[in-house]
Amino acid sequence: MLNKGQHFFGALYDNDYQFQMKNERGFKMSLRFALVGNPNCGKTTLFNEITGSTQYVGNWPGVTIEKKEGKARRVQEDVKIIDLPGIYSLSPYSLEEIIARDYILDEKPDVVINIIDATNIERNLYLTTQLIELGIPVVAALNMMDAVEARGDKIDTGALEKGIGIPVVPTSASKGRGVTELVDKAIQVAYAAASGTAKPQAQIYDQEVEKYIGNIETNIVPSLGKKTGNARWTAIKLLEGDEKVLEKMEVPAAFLKDIEACRKQIESHYDNDVETVIADGRYKMISGIVGKAVKKKSGSGSLTISDKIDKVVTNRILAIPLFLALMYLVFKVTFGEIGSFTIDWVDGLINGTVSDAVSGWLEAAGAAEWLNGLIVGGVIGGVGSMLVFVPQIMILFFFLSILEDSGYMARAAFVMDRLLRKLGLTGKSFIPMLMGFGCSVPAIMGARTLENEKDRRLTIILTPFMSCGARLPIYLLFVGAFFAKNQDLIIFSLYLLGIVIAVITGIILKKTVLKGEAAPFVMELPPYRIPTIKGLLIHMWDRGKGFIKKAGTIIFAAAVVIWVLQSFNFSFQMVEDPAESVLGAIGGVIAPIFAPLGFGDWKSAVALITGFIAKEAVVSTMGILHGVGEIAEDTTALAAVIQGVFTPLTAYAFMAFTLLYMPCMAAFATIKREMNSWKWTVFTVGLQTGIAWVVAFLIFQVGRLMGLQ
Amino acid sequence: MQRTLRELKPGDKAVVTKVAGEGAVKRRLMDMGVTKGAEVFVRKVAPLGDPIEVNVRGYELTFRKAEAENIFVE
Repeated sequence: MLNKGQHFFGALYDNDYQFQMKNERGFKMSLRFALVGNPNCGKTTLFNEITGSTQYVGNWPGVTIEKKEGKARRVQEDVKIIDLPGIYSLSPYSLEEIIARDYILDEKPDVVINIIDATNIERNLYLTTQLIELGIPVVAALNMMDAVEARGDKIDTGALEKGIGIPVVPTSASKGRGVTELVDKAIQVAYAAASGTAKPQAQIYDQEVEKYIGNIETNIVPSLGKKTGNARWTAIKLLEGDEKVLEKMEVPAAFLKDIEACRKQIESHYDNDVETVIADGRYKMISGIVGKAVKKKSGSGSLTISDKIDKVVTNRILAIPLFLALMYLVFKVTFGEIGSFTIDWVDGLINGTVSDAVSGWLEAAGAAEWLNGLIVGGVIGGVGSMLVFVPQIMILFFFLSILEDSGYMARAAFVMDRLLRKLGLTGKSFIPMLMGFGCSVPAIMGARTLENEKDRRLTIILTPFMSCGARLPIYLLFVGAFFAKNQDLIIFSLYLLGIVIAVITGIILKKTVLKGEAAPFVMELPPYRIPTIKGLLIHMWDRGKGFIKKAGTIIFAAAVVIWVLQSFNFSFQMVEDPAESVLGAIGGVIAPIFAPLGFGDWKSAVALITGFIAKEAVVSTMGILHGVGEIAEDTTALAAVIQGVFTPLTAYAFMAFTLLYMPCMAAFATIKREMNSWKWTVFTVGLQTGIAWVVAFLIFQVGRLMGLQ
Repeated sequence: MQRTLRELKPGDKAVVTKVAGEGAVKRRLMDMGVTKGAEVFVRKVAPLGDPIEVNVRGYELTFRKAEAENIFVE
């Protein structure tokens, strides 16, 4: 198969000679290859295979879509690989599609490597037809050939190359097969393109359509001042009425009229709009090629393994219990014993071993008391409160990667979609929101699995309303003091309150700030695959590393600021009693804001401020301020004190406030990182705090009117 | 009177004649291979009654019933 392909390739690009000449002269180009392919085509695996450990992960400018770059290993040339977002088409409807298209058109990579899932060849070739039209050299990687062979199907690579007119290299990225050949071929093609060996483009549409494309290509495109893509591509886009291209090219009105006339002709001829005619044309050509190149094993109508799994997983009766059981398992491991163990272990390491060592070392070195306090209490304590989440994030992402890479995530969305549609969300939001009951930080990061940016933003905004584990100590303190008889019920009502508020907020936001055309729920259910350990580990490490780096900077700053405010008074003298500190003074100033909510004393205000470091800090701060001491575990003494400060009604309002107001700084930093925008971050925490105030206000005032205490 | 994909039951097979509607949803359906002449096989309905799962061009695709209403078949 491979030999045939290479032979054909030789005929198409007869320049191996030139290629060698250049190399002998020591001519070394630095090349850029862009990886393009459908989601689930094995693109990430292939990227990892090509680049190894040279990856750089960042974001595309202005959006939260991941951008990955790396250098190709095992080649002499300096080859940079850019992983473009996984897309089904180059139509400018989704952010991913626009990013991919703009990159190819504006940055002009030397070669586009198009990864085609050989097990799903028809739909994958649709993107290929669009890529070829862009006029940049394309090399196709026919991936997952091992799966095709295992199925007993045969694909004639030569026939495929002839049909689509570009080199095709069979690969099996998960087994590392064909990867070197692929990169070599892409390098050859890059040199060939540089030496000006252009190839004619296949005419893929009906005579009728080609007539008008030719017309626009020769009569209109050359007269336009600007240039984007090649002439044929521009002509097709103008015919399709592609808004982005029309905008970019600044087409004069006279031409627009001519183009419109062409559109009208086609539309009346086919009784359909031009976009549809073009898409139909592409698929018609693809069906023809696939018919010649792909030989399916006879009797392939029987159920595949994937079908069999699906019979159980999306079964009418079993689907939802199975989903809940799986979620319970993930939750249990991440936030249960194993997760808690990692937290305690890291906590012990940082706040015990490291703190003691640094503190002792500073004392021995004769450092000032304030410096010791700043470094040990502020920096190590503050950053430590963030680092304790790292193992948990890794564990959660390990599971999320399994769910995603195996193909289950798509099924979960399929099963849960109806429930979440009311919120204006799709089924995929369910998992991050559920994880929010454990900890908002990994849950917010879990929203990355959503493709649509609006859905992702909404999920990030709503996730902190799910009552996380750190809020529980606050509830426990208050229900113990005020609702001893109905502890479970009161705590349950708070969890429910969070969900209800999320539902209401979701509905309102979807009608206002996050309005706009709903993302179409048209989703592939990829075949089940066994995830590779390597892929899972890379995924997990990427997330954990990102969190440490980005969130660390914000948390570091916030921890230092809060520590300083808490330890100094206005004349920069260190104080023992926090009441005399700057923070205490701030508490006194902002306390009246909470008066209508029923807890207008400065101590509660300060406790809420320190809740920003970590929600459970509300309890320890209250302990300090009420003179009980910092013993979070022994809350009975504190409970006795707060019974004199709160009433059951104000206690409930206070708990509702701590549930809903801005999340802790680790979550804040994560929101900033995931939103990739200060505006959205401020909006999110502002909204949450505003909602918290309103809800607590209503609870207190309505409760008072009803005669509750 | 033409039938839409929504009227089909799990296990039914049909050929797409036209995709109606406009904008992103229509475009996405076409990009995913639901175009004129494509054979679709309705596999199942989600446990809560919506969306539906179909096999088209050799892979599994899911969309909501609201979308299925715009797909004409024979």
